[in-house]
Amino acid sequence: MTRPGGWRDGAGASLGGRPRWMNPAYGFVMPALLAIAVFFFVPALASVLLSLTDFDIYAIASRANLRLTWHENYARLLGDPLFWLALRNTLYFVVVAGPLSIAASLAAALLVSARLVRWKGLFRTVLFLPVVTTLVAVGVVWRYAYHPRIGLLNHALGALGVGPVDWLGDPAWAMPAIILMAVWKGFGFNMVIFIAGLQNVPERLYEAASIDGAGTVAQLRHVTLPLLAPTFLFVAVMTAIGYFQLFAEPYVMTQGGPAHATLSIVLLMYGEGFRWWNMGYAAALAFVLFALILALTLVTLRLRARGPSRELAT
Amino acid sequence: MTSIPLLPARLRVVLSLLLLAAACSRERGASTVVEFWAMGREGEMVQELVPEFERRLPGVRVRVQQVPWSAAHEKLLTAYVGKAMPDVIQVGNTWLPELVALGALARLDAWMAASSVVRPEAYFAGILDTNVIDGGTYGVPWYVDTRVIFYRTDVLRAAGQTTPPTTWDGWLEAMRRIRERGAPDRYAILLPLAEWEMPVILALERGAGLLRDQDRYGDFQSPPFREAFRFYLDLFARDLAPRAGVAQIVNLYQDFASGFFALFVSGPWSIGELERRLPAAMAERWSTAPMPGLDPARPGVSLAGGASLAVLESSPRRDLAWRWLEYLSEPAQQAAFYRSTGDLPARVGVWEEPSLRESPSARAFARQLRYLRSPPKIPEWERIASKIGEHAEAAIRARATVDEALGALDRDVDAILAKRRWLMAREHREAAGGPSE
Repeated sequence: MTRPGGWRDGAGASLGGRPRWMNPAYGFVMPALLAIAVFFFVPALASVLLSLTDFDIYAIASRANLRLTWHENYARLLGDPLFWLALRNTLYFVVVAGPLSIAASLAAALLVSARLVRWKGLFRTVLFLPVVTTLVAVGVVWRYAYHPRIGLLNHALGALGVGPVDWLGDPAWAMPAIILMAVWKGFGFNMVIFIAGLQNVPERLYEAASIDGAGTVAQLRHVTLPLLAPTFLFVAVMTAIGYFQLFAEPYVMTQGGPAHATLSIVLLMYGEGFRWWNMGYAAALAFVLFALILALTLVTLRLRARGPSRELAT
Repeated sequence: MTSIPLLPARLRVVLSLLLLAAACSRERGASTVVEFWAMGREGEMVQELVPEFERRLPGVRVRVQQVPWSAAHEKLLTAYVGKAMPDVIQVGNTWLPELVALGALARLDAWMAASSVVRPEAYFAGILDTNVIDGGTYGVPWYVDTRVIFYRTDVLRAAGQTTPPTTWDGWLEAMRRIRERGAPDRYAILLPLAEWEMPVILALERGAGLLRDQDRYGDFQSPPFREAFRFYLDLFARDLAPRAGVAQIVNLYQDFASGFFALFVSGPWSIGELERRLPAAMAERWSTAPMPGLDPARPGVSLAGGASLAVLESSPRRDLAWRWLEYLSEPAQQAAFYRSTGDLPARVGVWEEPSLRESPSARAFARQLRYLRSPPKIPEWERIASKIGEHAEAAIRARATVDEALGALDRDVDAILAKRRWLMAREHREAAGGPSE
């Protein structure tokens, strides 16, 4: 939560009576503000307006075919079973993949930062590699790994005596398959942030803890985790925002199938907007998603602000 | 600018101005450029046909822009909005209704009436028909795609069938026998889930109209569609087809060769793929056959697909654009184009070409091309088609009964067509003479 107005408190004194609008700071921020206005606020406003119309392929042909429908897109959206299904799938993904991914990142960060580990740089790079690999290439490889008859994963399961799983073909398994791949693909990024957070934990705290007789687990619980709280907050919010916009993984792997089991809100929006050119409806979807993410972010920040580890976090 | 140092400065200026003027006049006087957008491989191979056209019409140049298929639809729409359309385009014939609704394409009837090359009777009727929208012709077929059955001759023979089945009953019986003889993971036919083509082909053979009341409402609960839909679902219920979506079929041709399935339904592109990807020993073990039908005397119907050539309404040189389109439609160019791309010619006469007449795998297409039906020619069709696939998948997975799936399909389709109904009602009011509100 940034709070503007840092300069304003002292402004009156330092400007020596000049009117506020002549503050040279405006001159410095103006280019950035202009760019944001032109490339963000204007399009955002345009898409709000768009969501109040039935803009579609016919409206491209002639403006006369455009109707102002006000809330109708939103009403239709609430009555659309596909929207609710997409919302459920997206929440499923966020709720399961989010914690999993953060846990994997933290575990990897702890392992890589452990004092006994050699070649830390190598491990960091290797674990970070999936993040920088092109998703399309990853998707192709994972599709082979998930293949029900020749796939690597089912081979491994078979060796353990578990029957073949139709990963991408069974509606019950498709989302877990997407989650597994997304976690693998993304955990390296948060790992790097956690490593940075771990480096900020002062060594003396561990020394003090071990003098007090704390073992590794107790040190992790009472020293490492509380001190990582701000990092956690950042990672959790960014991961949730990113995961709410789930798109590329199902787009590449399943196209939202089987039987809509991996249809996410953004995928639905993409289909409505760019496949079928129902721009009005797609804009309404985008706004609902925006509101959801905003609400979630505010709730998370509020919870953390009230949380017990606040004094440590600052 | 050190190249002519010996000349005085003023002369240099005059000279370069003269050169510039000469360059300009040559640009303007000697060449008019016809812009042509073509997709994928066609865009690459059509370049070979350009020199002959330019030789015939001195001063005219053709610039071919190759557009990848995956980006083509979006590019056409954005080019239309941005007023950056070329003069001639290649366009998938299912996109024509949309571009016509936009008013992007020029009506070709007047040119066709005066042409000795583009005669309606020279084309397969079913394929030409996809270019006729509300009585006007907006495209000329360039090449055709339709779907036929690809089958493993050896597997069919082992099941006691020496010729491909021609009727639905015979087809079902043959598939049942293949399934009974094969191992549990050897299926009779591959019908990728969520693909709309197969249920629609079957329904068209049953005589279903798909939409009703001037394409204003879905008509999927009608008896013909329902019967075809049941027949389709039955293939899965009897376990003749695996419940596999496109995502699980990593390599269709490999799976066909390994015997995972004995039949699949596909278009002419699969001929080339099979010839290229399968080992030589497999060449004798597969063939093609027209779709089975209800009437033993003729094949079943299949979908009229393919690509057309169209002239843009916005083009300032439409006559020249038409000359290019007409040139590409000449039998000689069609034959040359077939030889370089393998795309099946849309003109009946070109099928006399020896390489086509003697190709056993093309023969099924030659016959099938006379029994084509076009899906409803409205801009919303592709969206409706994807809904058919979705609801069919739900029914196959037993997430909905036949009645529920078809009811939901009709509801979805009616919602998709709401705008069309509004537009038609407004048109009707205006035609009735009353001022629109």
